[in-house]
Amino acid sequence: MTAKPKLSMYWAASCGGCEIALVNINEKILDVDAAFDFMFCPCLLDTKYKDIEALPDGDILITLFNGAIRTTENEHMAKLLRKKSKLLIAFGSCASEGCIPGLANLSTKKDVFKTCYLDNPSIDNPSGITPQTETNVPEGKITIPAFYDSVKTLAQTVDVDYFIPGCPPEPHQIWAVVETVLNILKSGAPLPPKGTVLGGGKSSVCEECERKKEDKKITGFRRTYEFIPNREQCLLEQGVVCMGIATRDGCGALCPKVNMPCTGCYGPPEGVLDQGAKMVAALGSIIDIGDLKGMKEDDIDKKIDEIISTIPDFAGTFYKYSLPGSIMKGRVS
Amino acid sequence: MASVKALDGVFGVTPTSAGSKVRELVYMAFYVTDHATHFYALGGPDFIVGPDAPPSERNILGVVRKVGLDIGKQVIDCRARNHHIIKMLGGRGVHPAAGQPGGWSKPVSEEERKEIEEIARKNVDFALFSLKAFDDIVLKNPQYLELVTSDIYLHKTYYMGTVDEKNRPNFFNGMIRVVDPEGKEFLKYHPSEYTKHIAEHVESWTYLKYPYLKKIGWKGFVDGMDSGVYAATPLARLNVADSMATPKAQEHYERFFETFGSKKINGRYQPVHHRLATHWARLIELLYAAEHMLELATDPEITSPDVRTIPTSIKGEGVGSVEAPRGTLTHHYITDDKGVITKANLIVATTNNYAVMTMSIKRAAEKLITKGKIVEEGILNRIEMAFRLYDPCLSCATHSLPGKMPMTVNIRNSSGEVIRSFKRG
Repeated sequence: MTAKPKLSMYWAASCGGCEIALVNINEKILDVDAAFDFMFCPCLLDTKYKDIEALPDGDILITLFNGAIRTTENEHMAKLLRKKSKLLIAFGSCASEGCIPGLANLSTKKDVFKTCYLDNPSIDNPSGITPQTETNVPEGKITIPAFYDSVKTLAQTVDVDYFIPGCPPEPHQIWAVVETVLNILKSGAPLPPKGTVLGGGKSSVCEECERKKEDKKITGFRRTYEFIPNREQCLLEQGVVCMGIATRDGCGALCPKVNMPCTGCYGPPEGVLDQGAKMVAALGSIIDIGDLKGMKEDDIDKKIDEIISTIPDFAGTFYKYSLPGSIMKGRVS
Repeated sequence: MASVKALDGVFGVTPTSAGSKVRELVYMAFYVTDHATHFYALGGPDFIVGPDAPPSERNILGVVRKVGLDIGKQVIDCRARNHHIIKMLGGRGVHPAAGQPGGWSKPVSEEERKEIEEIARKNVDFALFSLKAFDDIVLKNPQYLELVTSDIYLHKTYYMGTVDEKNRPNFFNGMIRVVDPEGKEFLKYHPSEYTKHIAEHVESWTYLKYPYLKKIGWKGFVDGMDSGVYAATPLARLNVADSMATPKAQEHYERFFETFGSKKINGRYQPVHHRLATHWARLIELLYAAEHMLELATDPEITSPDVRTIPTSIKGEGVGSVEAPRGTLTHHYITDDKGVITKANLIVATTNNYAVMTMSIKRAAEKLITKGKIVEEGILNRIEMAFRLYDPCLSCATHSLPGKMPMTVNIRNSSGEVIRSFKRG
């Protein structure tokens, strides 16, 4: 009997939701177990780093790597798993684009440490201690992974073969990717081109959203807490900043189904480099500032500013999931 | 849920009664799936497959192989049906999107309610089945029972948990109650007053902080009445309670304390300090969550369309708290006049337990390594078990101690020389 191909899953700077999403393929997890030797997954399995180090290079067929690169440990594991895996897949938004941990790129490491360890309502730290890579204690030296100045995506750290979007990826899409791989293994068909985004569509969330869409002309934006949106009509047309128009489809437009806007977790649509820029461009074409005839240029600017000011948090709205992977990558000082 | 409750404070709004109940219903579905996952996939392998089993077998797939595919499928079904509810009412199965200051973005239809009721009934059966499995696999196995009741995993600390007006555990709303190591009420406060009672200690050799009871102070990694160290876990929540709010969970709660020989003082049981009992306590909580879910699913108000109160002002500060599966979870936000967060402070469930975890590992190592007697087989795993009982996240962490700092157990003689060394990294 030929040995089953090895499958591994690793987490770097992430929340654990990607592992939950994988387990949420439910009974199909037994099919995964039957088809693969699922041999490394710190969240679920007991194999250790030393077991990975001992493997020949390229011995793992697929590694699903979730989480962004925040510490030296994250980077070390990205490099190790790259070496040991034939196919390294950036699994989920953190690995692909930086996601929520990546919003820390709006602050310096010093600010992050200040908020976390020195200045918050419950802190007790009179001597101003912050975590250090090395600490001498009576029993010896304790070493912890170093914390980098900024968050990077997996592809900014090592060579990545494929990307699976989502925060987290939806289980039906995870299964679709597994099925595709199984079919390729069986038929010997060629793999998709390197860099392909798997487990998502090629268009935008609007394509799969069931809401009625008409002419989009927005005279101002409203926040979701301010009103109860109509359940049938396009949220963007109701003045809610719904990121669906600048977000890859594939999730099934789940958030609009519960009357909430898309916040963009599937990343930019196919061929779009920067999700925030795409959204701003889209808004630019649908904001209706009314009749411009006879208006002074200054007044037009003022009017536009008034409408734009109804969106209070640009980075958190347009780059909630994609800041490290965006053109700007974070705050530019 | 803690974050959306903090937003209620930020926007100065009280959720509608139905909105609050829908939140709680979603939360109970989450509790059932999370506790089931922790028991079967993350903590259970140590018991079901065995503490000395090879690491490649000591996992959820090993559990399925051991207990049989049918039972494995029951666990998978339980997770699936509850994630289905979370997705139906919250939009997404992981990171639900429907929380709103003042309530929930989507009401529950009668059709959905019927389905939820049916699922809640199945959950009650599943919880009872799991308790029976714990009984058969652990309590009826003298070797495991000895492990659970031995002093390897024992700490006499303070305990924290959220209780209702009758001092029964409530995962969603209530007052924070802290009892001392003898079981006497030490504190009872509203979650918004957390900074009066909790402070966080910092060490340079870890990124995680050590919360402690302010009134007593940080005295280091020691247990007992004079140390501010406390635990906030399923075991802690049973220890702070006077009783359980649902009938079947109450029966198991009584049996739990009786099994450990806990005496009733002033109408309530003395605390159980055996940390491995946390797994049992988790299953009793699973039963409570299932029973309470059924209560909510059959509450006539649950299908009310009135699930949101629209805020009319921005107050700018809010604290929200719930009992997360691993312990008390606190979110505290300060915002600008547009309601955009400018400062946030979170005391995440597991953080509460970091000091006891550190101590549990030390205790396990001390007890397993004594003069002239070293428990060699599975020693590293038994020490890791001290971690796993608290949090699947750290269960996971122990499955993957970083490459640069492998877990090393140095066994020293009384003069401090290393006589043996075990490594895993």
